[in-house]
Amino acid sequence: MSNSQHPIELLRFNTCGSVDDGKSTLIGRLLYDSKSLMEDQIEAMEKSAAITGGGQINLANLTDGLRAEREQGITIDVAYRYFATPKRKFIVADTPGHVQYTRNMVTGASTANLSIVLVDARQGVIEQTRRHTYIAALLGIPHLVIAINKMDLVDWKQERFQEIRNEIEDFLPKLGAFRDVKFIPISALNGDNVVDASKHTPWYEGPPLLAHLENVHIASDWNYNSFRFPVQWVNRPNNPTDQALHDFRGLSGQIASGVLRKGQQIAVLPGSIKTTVKDIWTYDGSVDEAFCPQSVTICLEHDIDISRGDMIVGLDLLPGMESNLRARVCWMNIRPLQVNKKYFLKHGAQTVQAVVTQIDNKINFNTLEPEPAPATLAVNDIGAIRLKTAKPLVFDGYTTNRLTGSFILIEQGTNATVAAGMLYPPTEAVKPEYTDFAI
Amino acid sequence: MSSYHLDHLQYLETEAIHIMREVAGEFERPALLFSGGKDSICLLRLAEKAFRPSDIPMPFLNVETGHEFPELIEFRDRRAKELGAKLIVRTVDEAIAKGIAHPAPGEISRNKLQIPVLLGAIEEFQFDCAIGGARRDEEKARAKERFFSFRDSFGQWDPKAQRPEIWNLYNARVNPGENMRVFPLSNWTEMDVWEYIKKEKLEVPNIYFSHERDCFWRGGQWLPVPPPHTDTTKPDPFAGGRPKPNEPIKRLIVRVRTIADMISTGMIESKTDTIDDIIAEVAAARVTERGTRADDKASEAAMEDRKKAGYF
Repeated sequence: MSNSQHPIELLRFNTCGSVDDGKSTLIGRLLYDSKSLMEDQIEAMEKSAAITGGGQINLANLTDGLRAEREQGITIDVAYRYFATPKRKFIVADTPGHVQYTRNMVTGASTANLSIVLVDARQGVIEQTRRHTYIAALLGIPHLVIAINKMDLVDWKQERFQEIRNEIEDFLPKLGAFRDVKFIPISALNGDNVVDASKHTPWYEGPPLLAHLENVHIASDWNYNSFRFPVQWVNRPNNPTDQALHDFRGLSGQIASGVLRKGQQIAVLPGSIKTTVKDIWTYDGSVDEAFCPQSVTICLEHDIDISRGDMIVGLDLLPGMESNLRARVCWMNIRPLQVNKKYFLKHGAQTVQAVVTQIDNKINFNTLEPEPAPATLAVNDIGAIRLKTAKPLVFDGYTTNRLTGSFILIEQGTNATVAAGMLYPPTEAVKPEYTDFAI
Repeated sequence: MSSYHLDHLQYLETEAIHIMREVAGEFERPALLFSGGKDSICLLRLAEKAFRPSDIPMPFLNVETGHEFPELIEFRDRRAKELGAKLIVRTVDEAIAKGIAHPAPGEISRNKLQIPVLLGAIEEFQFDCAIGGARRDEEKARAKERFFSFRDSFGQWDPKAQRPEIWNLYNARVNPGENMRVFPLSNWTEMDVWEYIKKEKLEVPNIYFSHERDCFWRGGQWLPVPPPHTDTTKPDPFAGGRPKPNEPIKRLIVRVRTIADMISTGMIESKTDTIDDIIAEVAAARVTERGTRADDKASEAAMEDRKKAGYF
């Protein structure tokens, strides 16, 4: 574990499914069988099993961290778990299956490389299965695993597995492009095909779940095409005693996509200024090249007025710059969306005021079809809306850029985060009239 | 494309730097909680990486229980000075004297008493944000914590009313009197912290390495014998935390794995002289880090209760 000789990749995944599909049990099983559990965790589990569980160790107790959850036997919020194998480190978001907690699934899935959707082999595909698969697709998660659980309770019948698989494969094409989809028959409770291959599934030729998590190709999940850099913080030492520091003016942020090179021409939007990268500064020294998702400080050839919220972009593939926007949103608050009410919209490093001017549709999770012109969007609804912002946004479509294509809506007054938004592609790329400093 | 690749530590680092800069960009008066422990040592390096060549744009804040290891205090003060940062220290003793904090009769640990002191400091300096080094892998209630953890005007955490955190878009808005706790190391594990300390060649207080120390056995762990009570004009701050006649003192070779204060930090018997030794020990350990902390063992919901009351 301790060798730093070869780099270890990090895979982020989330688990979802409906109540009692065994999500927490599956994570408990992964931790238990990959020897990621410690003695005191097992001891605490045994202690509570002796008191409340009738003596049997409950793997779900490992992830159901809050008292209310242990009392009610449900998971009420996103819980994050960490484990490692010699091949990879893993961050797991355990996202709950209750219909009212869809917002937590969106939260857990938004940063994931991979989603595991659990299906109870006895129940087959239910509305929750469609909903969770739809959300994984909507959020642009590249890799999907359908884990068909409790196979022991259907006598490990291949026909049942195939039946469920066919049903899911019927609606998957409607959802758009996953890079890969894997179906795995498991029993989380008994550990079949979780870490070790099951002796009950001679008909299954694929890897157990953990082996898939260790080997799925994630190196190309990042967007290396168009350079995007939301300016987070203007780095100005203003040090009067050191001339070099006195003149230092850098723009600090995290590269949202693409690659940046010293000497490269860039544009600053929305101000439409074109200049050249003089230096890419980091605490560990200047670098000639930086790529997403690195955090760097950019020094430009010209001292121009740039502030937090501005975007530095490469000149090859320009983003959109519009204040009339279309997006799909997941509504996350018990107070429903109000058309024409002012919200704060946070996008990249900037926050602007916005109003929703129109609701175009709402997704029906039974048919996965949009229903036109709903009255509103309530908590856990997903639909398409139109917005108008007080200032133009510099943005990309969510399907090409997860970071410059996403936003959240914040309710004014309560400051509650009420929606997660995914922007449609711009109608056209910005055509800036540059103030050109380059001679 | 393969050259454009971050390993897990680089990924965790860039995520944490992004969060630090969001704090600087979004808040008027942030503070950074620095205890001198291994997690907050990483926070300081991340702050340097986020803000250099500028000064770190926030003061450091530490709440002392009065039961600290002297080595830790020395280290904390020196590091703050080396980084040119302002260090604010508020103590449980002062708070008790002012009547802000009230020790429960018979309770030795001052862990809970840190809560009113921290809240008092936040109010005194009008901090709207405090960056802390907590990690989700430490404890079950922490596993549900957000990066940006909203606290109401009483400093309370409400696990059922947490703001959803989507992509890397952190909602940092607070009304006057409310504040935010921000945890850039949320996704780090104990192993990541030590690997980062090694990679960055960070200095840590020497009590993390094996040394000889007088200890006594209580509550299933070796506790350090506190320094002698010299100033007899004041009550003994370690009253109750000293070995009783039936708790024999033993000279052992020990180190700390996690630091609370002397009253609740279990010492582990260990021979580790280097960071590599510690990493090997963490890799082989069969008990979680917080398993050596008496304050969390009180009940299965101990951490959850303290966080709801305003603990970081």
